[in-house]
Amino acid sequence: MNTYGEKIREIATKLLEEKAVDLIIGFKKGTLPLMTEPVIIKEPEKTDQLYWSSFCPINLANYLPKIKEKIGIIAKGCDSRNIAVHIVENQIQREQLYIIGVPCTGMVDRRKIQSLAAGKELTEVIESDEELTIKGNGFEKTVKKIDYLQDNCITCMHRNPVLYDEMAGEMVEERKDPDPYEDVREIEAMGPDEKWDFFSNLIKDCIRCYACRNVCPLCYCPTCFVDESDPQWVGKSIDPTDTMTFHFLRAFHCAGRCTDCGACQQACPMDINVRLFTRKLNKDAMELYGCEAGLSIEERPPLDTYRPDDYDQFIK
Amino acid sequence: MSDTVITREEIGQFIKAMQQGYEVFGPVKEGACHTFKRLTGEETLDLNFTNTRLSPKSLLFPQSERLFEFTLDEASEEAHILKETPKEFPPAVLFGIRPCDAKALRLVNVNFDNPEFKDLWWTKRMESMTFIGLGCNNPGSTCFCTSVGGGPFHEEGLDVLLFDVDDHYLAKALTDKGERILGQGNVGEAADEETRKKADALKKEAEDMVNSYVPTDKLRDKDVLELFDAPFWDDVAFACINCGTCTYLCPTCWCFDIQDEVQKTQGDRIRNWDSCMFPLFTLHASGYNPRSDKVQRVRQRFMHKLKYYVDKYGNGVACVGCGRCLNYCPVNIDIREVFKLMNEL
Repeated sequence: MNTYGEKIREIATKLLEEKAVDLIIGFKKGTLPLMTEPVIIKEPEKTDQLYWSSFCPINLANYLPKIKEKIGIIAKGCDSRNIAVHIVENQIQREQLYIIGVPCTGMVDRRKIQSLAAGKELTEVIESDEELTIKGNGFEKTVKKIDYLQDNCITCMHRNPVLYDEMAGEMVEERKDPDPYEDVREIEAMGPDEKWDFFSNLIKDCIRCYACRNVCPLCYCPTCFVDESDPQWVGKSIDPTDTMTFHFLRAFHCAGRCTDCGACQQACPMDINVRLFTRKLNKDAMELYGCEAGLSIEERPPLDTYRPDDYDQFIK
Repeated sequence: MSDTVITREEIGQFIKAMQQGYEVFGPVKEGACHTFKRLTGEETLDLNFTNTRLSPKSLLFPQSERLFEFTLDEASEEAHILKETPKEFPPAVLFGIRPCDAKALRLVNVNFDNPEFKDLWWTKRMESMTFIGLGCNNPGSTCFCTSVGGGPFHEEGLDVLLFDVDDHYLAKALTDKGERILGQGNVGEAADEETRKKADALKKEAEDMVNSYVPTDKLRDKDVLELFDAPFWDDVAFACINCGTCTYLCPTCWCFDIQDEVQKTQGDRIRNWDSCMFPLFTLHASGYNPRSDKVQRVRQRFMHKLKYYVDKYGNGVACVGCGRCLNYCPVNIDIREVFKLMNEL
């Protein structure tokens, strides 16, 4: 993991020097422990800013649409799948991209690490291959990274990039059949009233900041339905009906397209697990159509495909 | 003005006594964070916090508030007439507000209560609220109040300031309102000289602990267009996802949007927080948007806080150094870095 950064900088410098790309999209070190910041680098002398750690939860595919130049982009497994989704949905051309793949052993959840500090402030985090040493005012603790991964990384089955031009490290072993949907099944088993209460409670703290929507590579509509004013589909207050409408519709728009990168959950300032909405739809896409988003640039998304031999009668 | 010493054990009694005549709001732990809530039997005051995740501004300026009601029923004599939604403004206490947030409310006040405009609801809430601040013995590593005109024991905007000294609190009354609330509380005893000295030492110690610094000295004299056209905005804005986290968590952001919501013939005129990060913020009815791009919106947020406000009001920047925006930004956009870029341009 620690060597990825070095390799990323090396590849990026070479690409910019040879003018194989016009810019590189990657991460730079954050100003806070446990944080990184997406960055765009255009000059080879500035590639020393590029950085990699287990705290790169943002999906860089989100930054691709609208860029016209030739792009070098750093991609872990999920980023590469969202790049594939963008290509399929004509948001970017494959030829425009040089994908620097990063084999991923999972991103560490900064909130889980923060909870270790029990209300105290973390001032420093030192990362090694498998461990993290966290330091704060009057405490120091070393933990195993694998115990503090983001929820989506725990069950991830595509840690290696599915699409890349060059790798910044050796491929890592993929997990064999984790069970990603245990909690979704628990919700499925609820009655309608219980479900309603569960989801109402899930989003009760939502402040309608739209961080979940804006951090998501799938949300690139020129005007989001919540921002339409003629007609206005959704109220803009924090009335629970409007907040619920926003979350439901946002999730449905992601059906069959979501790679469960977890960026939405990580971005939420109110600690709402918004992934619970999209994961049910991922499960349906898998069970109904055998489809996992972003594994190929040849295949259309399930909800935008028609086959004459479709087994459902209603469509004929 | 009087200083009172209240023991830790007496705080509960103090709150109860205040509740006899006031609605009392204070920090309550919810999940991993603290938030201001009305203290009732069910909500437990918890003063073991650096700061709350959401600022207390929503208690005076709610995120969504119904202002007027109207009917479109032509048969009614009152068709199309806006009627103010009845509201109550009971005496209230905001207990445990941090000095940065109290300063922030004074800052928002210049927008809602000035010779030109008086916001009816804001001013009534401000009048009915008594602010009991809690000084910060341990400022956070991202707090920079001391470089933006505040401090861990800054008194601006407070009626009472509490110093957490040893096993008790020194309550320093700062206004008549403050005197009254300490009278209502009816606990504690007059402070002795030793406690006062300890409180002074605590204040000094806390100020020295604030190790985050931002430069502001050159902002006022900078040419506004030069800052507007500065070469760094693209880089500052690149990572930004244009969500509303920074503006909604900010204790000084005051922008709002007014919406009419109508069901059949009954309508409500609602005021909601708005955010300069949103494309809709400046969208004209014609469809033209003077801030159609992300970089323009990001620039607006910083220019408003660190330049336009500075030039318009002449009382410093529109930032109190609470650190919320940089701590909760999903992509680590750090206003402290932007202070440096703008000041040193």
